[in-house]
Amino acid sequence: MNLFNLLRRGSAPVARERLQILLAHERVTRDQPDLLGILREEILAVISRHVAFDADKVQIKLDRGKSVSTLEVDIEIPNGFGAPIAFSLSAHA
Amino acid sequence: MAHVLVVTSGKGGVGKTTSTAALGAALAHDGEKVVVVDFDVGLRNLDLVLGAERRVVFDLISVINGVAKLPQALIRDKRLENLFLLPASQTRDKDALTEEGVASVISELRQKFDWIICDSPAGIERGATLAMRHADSAIIVTNPEVSSVRDSDRIIGLLDSKTLKAERGERVDKHLLITRYHAGRAARGEMLSIEDVLEILLTPLLGIIPESEEVLRASNVGSPVTLNNASSAPARAYFDAARRLKGAEIPMLIPIESRGIFNKLFGRKAA
Repeated sequence: MNLFNLLRRGSAPVARERLQILLAHERVTRDQPDLLGILREEILAVISRHVAFDADKVQIKLDRGKSVSTLEVDIEIPNGFGAPIAFSLSAHA
Repeated sequence: MAHVLVVTSGKGGVGKTTSTAALGAALAHDGEKVVVVDFDVGLRNLDLVLGAERRVVFDLISVINGVAKLPQALIRDKRLENLFLLPASQTRDKDALTEEGVASVISELRQKFDWIICDSPAGIERGATLAMRHADSAIIVTNPEVSSVRDSDRIIGLLDSKTLKAERGERVDKHLLITRYHAGRAARGEMLSIEDVLEILLTPLLGIIPESEEVLRASNVGSPVTLNNASSAPARAYFDAARRLKGAEIPMLIPIESRGIFNKLFGRKAA
């Protein structure tokens, strides 16, 4: 929604839409363990078993959408020879 | 038969204590025998809103610990002989509440009263879960605002899973009380509307309390708004809500904007 619409119609429709998306997600996951959190930890554990990487060079992004959430784990792995190779892993939940 | 009602919300500052006092007084005024129980151990305020802060000797924790008998801790309201307060302790913390202690106090109160209204602390910790534990029904106090609505949704989830009734496979009757509703802002799309909140929370509506200076004025003088100014808009809304609790079918009026002289002179944005 652009600024013009916001000024004209008020912000309540935005509040309503944000709540609907958020609560749809929270209701489903309310009594379940944090699946994406567990996935993130286990993925990092598996990779660290095989390659050494710097924990500071790990970028984790989580995007919760209406029907699909994306977990993006971006790990920079040093190869010891010049520039690092980026290693990227995406998961859809 | 005694009825245990919890007034809860998750979020703080939405009007649980104000609503407990106003509804308790409204029910007592209509002839019901009512006790309001403050579960906010360490941060009690129901005594203050009811104007009984200087009469507290014993409290819920003293009864649980066996320091006082229940009748010694109950404070009778000076205006309504059917209305009693069981205050919370101000010096102890939430851990002083025990599951068995609360169960025994509630069961004793059930013998003496028609309505046991439990004023829940904010949050979802021990005090809040114990306040709802024995509830037959619940009032979820919600402001038309995103964080309040989200927390209400969370509390509704707890009412459906952590109460004794839920554990027995029954349902706690849930009622939504929307407070601090500002008709003008909702009409202008600046505030979630009643329909928005109902559609999101999917819980039956008990009442709509308009934003009003009368609520603050009543708490300033230590009187429930339903006693302090019974003809004011919030008091009438609370009286209607109390009668709906007793099963009366009263049409729900959605407050409309009443524009004062200031607004008329300076336009709607002046509010």
